[in-house]
Amino acid sequence: MDTVLLSRLQFAWTIGYHILWPAYTIGISGFIVIVNALWLATGKPAYRALLRFWIHLFALGFAMGVVTGLVLSYEIGTNWSGFAEKTANVIGPFFTYEVLTAFFLEAGFIGVMLFGMNRVGAKFHFFACCMVALGAMFSAFWILAANSWMQTPAGFAIGADGKFQVTSWWQAVFTPSLPYRFLHMVTAAYITGSFVVIGVCGFYLWQRRHLDFARAGFSLGMWLALVLTPLQIFLGDQHGLNTLEYQPIKLAAIEARWDTARQVPLTLFAWPDIAKERNDYAVDIPDLGSLLLTHSWNGEVRGLKSVSAADRPYVPLPFFAFRIMVGIGLVLLAEALIGLYLRWRGRLYDTRWFAIVAACSSPLSFIAILAGWTVTETGRQPYVVYGYLRTADAAAPVTAAAVSGSLALFVAIYLVLLAAFFYYAMRLVLRGPVEAADEPPELLRPGIDSAPSRASAAKPTVAGPWGGGPWDKFK
Amino acid sequence: MTLDLPLLFALLLAFGIALYVVMDGFDLGIGILFPFAPSDADRDAMMNSVAPIWDGNETWLVLGGTLLIGAFPVAYASLLPALYVPLMLMLFALIFRGIAFEFRFRAGRSRALWDIAFAGGSALAGFCQGVVLGGFIDGTASPAAPLGFLSGFAVASGLGVVAGYALLGATWLILKTAGDTALFGRRAARPALLATLLFLLLVSLWTPLAFEPIRARWFSLPNILFLWPVPLVTAATALVIWRSIARGPEAVPFLASIFLFLLGLSGLGVSVFPYAVPWRLTLWQAAASTPTLEFIGVGVLVILPIILAYLGYAHWIFRGKATSGSGYGGH
Repeated sequence: MDTVLLSRLQFAWTIGYHILWPAYTIGISGFIVIVNALWLATGKPAYRALLRFWIHLFALGFAMGVVTGLVLSYEIGTNWSGFAEKTANVIGPFFTYEVLTAFFLEAGFIGVMLFGMNRVGAKFHFFACCMVALGAMFSAFWILAANSWMQTPAGFAIGADGKFQVTSWWQAVFTPSLPYRFLHMVTAAYITGSFVVIGVCGFYLWQRRHLDFARAGFSLGMWLALVLTPLQIFLGDQHGLNTLEYQPIKLAAIEARWDTARQVPLTLFAWPDIAKERNDYAVDIPDLGSLLLTHSWNGEVRGLKSVSAADRPYVPLPFFAFRIMVGIGLVLLAEALIGLYLRWRGRLYDTRWFAIVAACSSPLSFIAILAGWTVTETGRQPYVVYGYLRTADAAAPVTAAAVSGSLALFVAIYLVLLAAFFYYAMRLVLRGPVEAADEPPELLRPGIDSAPSRASAAKPTVAGPWGGGPWDKFK
Repeated sequence: MTLDLPLLFALLLAFGIALYVVMDGFDLGIGILFPFAPSDADRDAMMNSVAPIWDGNETWLVLGGTLLIGAFPVAYASLLPALYVPLMLMLFALIFRGIAFEFRFRAGRSRALWDIAFAGGSALAGFCQGVVLGGFIDGTASPAAPLGFLSGFAVASGLGVVAGYALLGATWLILKTAGDTALFGRRAARPALLATLLFLLLVSLWTPLAFEPIRARWFSLPNILFLWPVPLVTAATALVIWRSIARGPEAVPFLASIFLFLLGLSGLGVSVFPYAVPWRLTLWQAAASTPTLEFIGVGVLVILPIILAYLGYAHWIFRGKATSGSGYGGH
C-alpha cells in the first residue's frame, strides 16, 4: 500500500476512534449539568446519586478523549504536512482557538468537577460542571468550523505559491455548511449521551436494581430522546438540502444517482456497480427521492456521471453508511415514541422487554455517528478541500514503512484501551450508584453528599421519591 | 512602526513551550520516579498530587502544536514528518501515561499494569521529547529516513530531559506531599540533580562543538560579553537546589529547579535564534501570513490572561499537601 492510503487509514482509524469519546462526553456533560441543576433545585437524593455516578463514568470517557485527541493535533503535521502547509493560513488559527477557548476551559474545571467536591461549594461545583460542558461545545464548534471549511470552503483566495490565504475570517469560519454540521453533530452527541443513560438505567430496571436511581435517570433520558431524535431528523434533512446545493456530487454518491434527472426515485437498497455506472438489485420508491432531497416532486438531482470518474467519491461507502445512519435514527425515534406510549400507560419502568431493548440500544447512536462521519468524509473524496485540494496532494512525504508501523500500533493500543475502558466502565455500572448512607463519613463531600444549601434544603420536598402532583403519570 | 509579528509569536511559542516543560515536566517526573517509590501508599499520594491538574498541564503541549500550525505552518509541515518516529512514540507514551490516571484508580489486581503504563509512558514521553529537541537542533532529520533521528546527540538530549523531569518531579514531591513521600522526594532529588547537570554540561559542550552557528553565537564578540554570566548563574542555581533539598523552605528546591529549566531553555533559544527550522528556515520564512497572525494574536491577547487566571485559581483550590486518601477518595 502507498503512503497516502496508509495515512488515510491511520487518520480514519484515529479520528473515528477519537470522535466516540467527545460525542459521549459532550452528551454526558450536558446530562450532568441537567441533573446537577435538578438536584440544586429539588434536593432529591436520586438526582444527587445520578450526578455522582455519571461524573465517574464521564471521567473515564474524558480521559480517553484527551489522550486520543492529542494524537490528532500532531497527526495533521506528521501525516498531512501538504495539507497543513497549504491550508494553515486559513484553518490553522481554528485549532489554536480550539485550544484557547475549549481545551483550557475543560482542563481548568475538570479537576474541580472530579476532585473538587470537598473543596468548593455546591454552586461553584455546578459552575465547574457548566464550564466543562461549555468547553466541550466550544471544542465541537472550532473543529466543525475547520471541517466545514474543508467541505464547503469560503472566504479565501489561492496565491501564486498554491497556498490558501484568507480574504474574510467571517466567511472562512461561518462557511455555508457550518450551522447544519454543528447542530447535527452536537445533537448527535446529546442523543448519544441520552441513550447511554437510558441503556445503563434500563439495565438496572431490567435487573430490578437501584430502582429510584434508575427511574429518575430513565425518565430524564427518555424525555431527552423524545425531543432530540425528531429534532435530529429535521436537522439532518436541512443538512441534506445544504449538501445538495454545495456538494451535489457527494449527494449523488449518497443516493447512488448516476444520471442527472427530475422525479428521481428513493433507492432504499441497491448494490452500486462503479464499473458499469449503475445500480444492481435496486429497491426503489418512485418520485420519493426528489421529494425528500429537494422538497419538490419535480426537483432535479445531479448525477455522478456529470463529472469524470476521477472526480467521484467511492460510491458504496457514503451510500451504505448513509443508510445505516438513517436506519439507526429511525430505530431510536421509534424507541423514544414507544417510551412515550409506555409512560402514558404508566408502564415505562415495569415493561421488561422495553428495559432489555433500552439496555441494548446504547451502542446504536455511536454506530450512527461513525456512519455519519463516514458519509461526510468519504463523500468529500477525492478532495480534502472540496473542489480545491486533492487528498493525494495533501499527504506528508513520510515512508510507507513508518506509517505501517504507527498504524499497526494505533490499532493494537486502541483496541487494548477500548477493552480496558469497557472493563472498568462495566465494573462501575455493576457496582451501581453509591448510597450516601453506605459511605464512611470521612469520604462524604460537602457540595455533593450533603444538601445543596440551607435555603434549598429547607424547601419541603414531595413525600416519597415520585409521589404527588398532577404530573405524576409522566414522571 | 509595525510590529514584528513572527518575532512576537516566536516569543509566545517559547512561553508556551516553557510552561509545558515546567508543568508537564513535574507530572512526567513523578511517573519517572514512580518505580522507585518506597510503597504503594506513596505512589497513591504521588499520583493524587497531580491528578486534578495533569490534563491542564498537557494542554500546553496541544497549544504548542496548534500555535506551531497556526503561526509557523511551514515549520510545522517540515519538522513533524521529519521527526515522525519519535513524535509517534511520544504520543503512544502519553496515551498510556494519561489513561493510567483514570484506570489505575479503578483497578484492583491489574493496578500493577497501570503502574507500569504510567511509569513507562512518562519516561518514554520525556525521552522522546528530548530526542525531538535533539533532532530539531541537529536539523538533519528527514521524512525519507524514519530512523535517521537516532544520533548520539539526540539520545543524550533525551536522557537529559528524563533526568531534568525527574528533578522537577522530586522537588514537586518535597513541596506537595508529606511524610515518607516527601522524604522520598528529598532522597531522589540529589541524584536527579546530578544527572541533570551532567547532561546539561554535555549538551552545552556538544552543541558549540558540533554546530558552527551555535559556536559563533556564543563565542563571538560582542555576544560573549553578555553571555559569559550564564554558566555562572546556572552553577549558582544548582548549588541553591543542592543545599535547599536538605533544609529550608519546601518551595525552594522546586522553584529553583524551574529556574534551572528556564535557564536551559533560554540558552537553547539564544543558540538557535532566529531559526524556526535549524539551519534552514528562519522565523520570518516559516511564519504564517500577516492576517493569520493578527487573527490568532487577538485571541491570544484576550483569552490567554483569562486562562492563566482560572488555571491559577484551579491550582489554588488544590493547594496544600496531597495524600494517598485525597483524589477520588476510594472510588
